[in-house]
Amino acid sequence: MPLWVELVLRVGGVLVAFLTLPLLVGQAEHKVMAHMQGRLGPMYAGGFHGWAQLVADGVKFVQKEDITPREADRAVFRLAPAVALVPYLLVLLVIPLGPNDLVGQPLDIGLFFVLAVVGVGVVAVLMSAWASANKYSLLGGLRGAAQLLGYELPLVLAAASVAMAAGTLSLSGIVEAWQPWWLLWQAPAMIIFFVAGLAEIRRPPFDMPVADSELVFGYMTEYTGLRFAFFLLAEYVGIVVIAALTTVLFLGGWQGPFADDQLGWLWTLLKVFAVSFVIIWLRVSYPRLREDQLQRLCWLVLVPASLAQLVLTAAVRIAL
Amino acid sequence: MSDPSEHGGSSGHGLPGAGLVKGLAVTLKTMTSRSTTQQYPDVAPELPPRSRGVIALSEENCTVCMLCARECPDWCIYIDSHKEEVAVPGAARPRQRNVLDKFDIDFSLCMYCGICVEVCPFDALYWSPEFEYAEYDIKDLLHDKDHLGQWMATVPPPPAHDPNGEPAKEETAAARKAAAARPAPSAVRPEPGADAGSAS
Repeated sequence: MPLWVELVLRVGGVLVAFLTLPLLVGQAEHKVMAHMQGRLGPMYAGGFHGWAQLVADGVKFVQKEDITPREADRAVFRLAPAVALVPYLLVLLVIPLGPNDLVGQPLDIGLFFVLAVVGVGVVAVLMSAWASANKYSLLGGLRGAAQLLGYELPLVLAAASVAMAAGTLSLSGIVEAWQPWWLLWQAPAMIIFFVAGLAEIRRPPFDMPVADSELVFGYMTEYTGLRFAFFLLAEYVGIVVIAALTTVLFLGGWQGPFADDQLGWLWTLLKVFAVSFVIIWLRVSYPRLREDQLQRLCWLVLVPASLAQLVLTAAVRIAL
Repeated sequence: MSDPSEHGGSSGHGLPGAGLVKGLAVTLKTMTSRSTTQQYPDVAPELPPRSRGVIALSEENCTVCMLCARECPDWCIYIDSHKEEVAVPGAARPRQRNVLDKFDIDFSLCMYCGICVEVCPFDALYWSPEFEYAEYDIKDLLHDKDHLGQWMATVPPPPAHDPNGEPAKEETAAARKAAAARPAPSAVRPEPGADAGSAS
């Protein structure tokens, strides 16, 4: 296979995943949330149980007027949605789907790259917040910055724990080194990573920066039409990314009950959807954390716990 | 105020985090049970038998006694009639009977109290569960006797008598009539309270 065909296939595959997985997760969120609240959710769009609801939403967003506030910093304001979206696309590029290099771009420092790129999200939040020239946007953006900077630390520490355990920064290498008993050994790190990941993508119950009951819509207040849709899409790609990272780092990625070589991609996808379901489930079940509770959880619970997990991981590594 | 640092949210007693698990269990249980949504325009709702949707008129039962119009609290029933002479063969002189010309109910005024249905001595008015008669103009909510008559087809049969309830007045009256050997003509109607002694 010539190089360019392989390149096109890989990038095309990642792009398809980038465009379809968030829609699947979004539709699942519509339906799961509805049924958890005793409702049915969308039932009309597309005919069968509203399967095309998000497509219809997308068409609607495209038709809406694209408004830039007069006082806004135009260039920054217009760039922010793209900055929010692109990092997640780049992350999807290095997440392994199956064994034997079934990945957009195998990278030896995959974990490092992923954590660095996910950290770019805070820039998009601050850009949209400052550029909107709106006090609610600014409040939401500052909350978002404080939250993202705070939760970056337990996220990185928890990921460092599993990297230490596996002895590699390559995501494929981590999956290969993973063994089922790690579920116990790395359980605290998994929970910390998952919770911090939820906060990183500002999902409820960590949606203080958006907080639609007090800040209109946080840093997205002034956005309309396609740019707003980009922010929403970024949120759902974020769910996929966090679910995929939790899968790859802590749940054994493509390692399944049988036929890992042929069905590895299926195990990965199943795990990703299961974790996504949990993310939706948490959103439905829990109320939003107050700002001080949010910071307290991060600095007084997650950071010490992740440091303790690091010590545990190091101890076990040396002992073995 | 509880310590917000406690991730477990240990409100009260039990293991830390028990409340969080309980919350997850509630949503999961709701998800797996049937949702309560009624898909109304697609699926007709199942209304209880005594639903007060609209008042139907059985025109042949009406004797134009005007009781309904007089009892109506907001005067939304309009009745017009004229007298007709009916020559009965063999009778000494022709009988007179009332013929209904107009029987309108203004549903923009009606407050669905049902007094007219209760008060009608000849069962000319019925509740129908039909409720889809919204109009764009408030004037169109005034329905004439033909339209009210069309709703008679939607009147459900009366619900079966509750076996634990007290028997119907007609039944007790018939039973008393049968028990008394030769009832006086005035005893056809039971005295009020005679059969309701157990209820009150």
